[in-house]
Amino acid sequence: MPDFIIAALLAGIGLALVAGPLGSFVVWQRLSYFGDTLAHSALLGIALGLATDINLSLAVIICACMIAILLVLLSKRTKLAQDSILGILSHTSLAFGLVVISLTANNQLDLSAYLFGDLLSIDQSQLLLIAAVVTLSLLIIIRFWHALLAVAIHPELAEVEGFPVLRLQLLLSLLIAVLVAAAIKIVGVLLITALLIIPASAARQRATSPEAMAILASVYGSISVCAGMATSWFVDTPTGPSIVVCCAIIFIISLLPAFRRA
Amino acid sequence: MSQLPARERQTVTDALITAKHLVVIIEGRKILDNVSLSLKPERITSLIGPNGAGKTTLIKTLLGLQKPSSGKVERRQGLRIGYMPQKLNIDPNLPITVEKFLSLANRDKNLINQTLAEAGASSLHKANLSSVSGGELQRVLLARALLRKPQLLVLDEPAQGVDIAGQEELYQTIANIRDSHGCSVLLVSHDLHLVMAKTDSVICLNRHVCCHGNPEHVSTDPAYLNLFGENRPAALALYTHRHDHNHDMHGNVIDGGEGR
Repeated sequence: MPDFIIAALLAGIGLALVAGPLGSFVVWQRLSYFGDTLAHSALLGIALGLATDINLSLAVIICACMIAILLVLLSKRTKLAQDSILGILSHTSLAFGLVVISLTANNQLDLSAYLFGDLLSIDQSQLLLIAAVVTLSLLIIIRFWHALLAVAIHPELAEVEGFPVLRLQLLLSLLIAVLVAAAIKIVGVLLITALLIIPASAARQRATSPEAMAILASVYGSISVCAGMATSWFVDTPTGPSIVVCCAIIFIISLLPAFRRA
Repeated sequence: MSQLPARERQTVTDALITAKHLVVIIEGRKILDNVSLSLKPERITSLIGPNGAGKTTLIKTLLGLQKPSSGKVERRQGLRIGYMPQKLNIDPNLPITVEKFLSLANRDKNLINQTLAEAGASSLHKANLSSVSGGELQRVLLARALLRKPQLLVLDEPAQGVDIAGQEELYQTIANIRDSHGCSVLLVSHDLHLVMAKTDSVICLNRHVCCHGNPEHVSTDPAYLNLFGENRPAALALYTHRHDHNHDMHGNVIDGGEGR
């Protein structure tokens, strides 16, 4: 197997491992639109990265984190409904991104690579960045699992019990932001939320505990990455969409027992 | 006589929580108006009032979940509070057993089983949280509050969705808990007429404190005995109270008040 395939596989599986538990939280707290908003803001990150000439991956991560913090603070401090805030930030950042990109007039920029992902063109610095993101995220998730779960179930109860709720909500938002920013390389802006919620929803069908659901979602995500990349390699389909199609197939299979019972 | 009731055992101790002149204004509406109260150790206090009286807001302010617009809440240093929220909307996509849910408050397995039994829900510990009934969920939430080993137990409408017989049982459980744990209990009910006989004091709230007092004399009232019969253990008591003022249809104080 060529090196770039191995690099792409490692990056994809690593991100799928993190997407399992985070995707579970997204499903539990109905945050799927949150993932979309972050993905859209990535384009702004790319634009700002191009304009200021810093590393694009880093620019995307920083931008996503800022949007995540803004989201949490806006929903705490204003009377706007959560979905309005998400809609406003999502489309504002997308529009800003497109405007800034057009101003910098960078003709070399392949926008479709960001919209649909381009896992096979991953380079060494990107692989290192993803490795760092994956390791750090997994460590943080394991360390704060208990507290994050308590907040997901009942924030006020958690607050009375002494959990630092606002800080934990910020932490979860930042984890999702960093994952989304890093995973754009794999499935692209348009499909990133799929990688979060489809494996988690498939895992829900069998899981009997929150931990089992998170781990199973990681496994399903990893299988989808491998199968999607194989499809992409042998049949020459775009990588990102192929991975999401595999997620969807696993989801459909996970539903079968429920239908057989009925 | 082996043991005195908790409220007589209690010596002079400082209050667990003291609220002074609390005002809470949410979106221009005055939800709480100059509410002062203090909760003493090992006492059961019932907070009653009609819907919209601000009971939940008062509790949230006492717990520190809601910032008062003015006035202040003083909590005894290191006070451990067990809180039983009015409802728990668990997402059906979150698979979690009762046992796991309780472990979020305390990871000691033996203690979890023991506390579940105490709350009268020992058969539930392997049950899926989203599949337990309303009355069972109340008991699970009570167990979670107890796992904190609280000095103060705050229960928001614990009898909600529980039938009369179940209520009597639940109130008895709560009274037992006060005696065995030696904790204070603050209990919310929207029912103006049904309050626990075990309660030490009653606060009647309608955005401001209408009145407060102890229900003791009520339970020996001939009218009460006539209603419930002398031999019946009085887990439920009628609480009648006199206001020093009247309310109009909007709950505003009209004549008879002590001139504010």
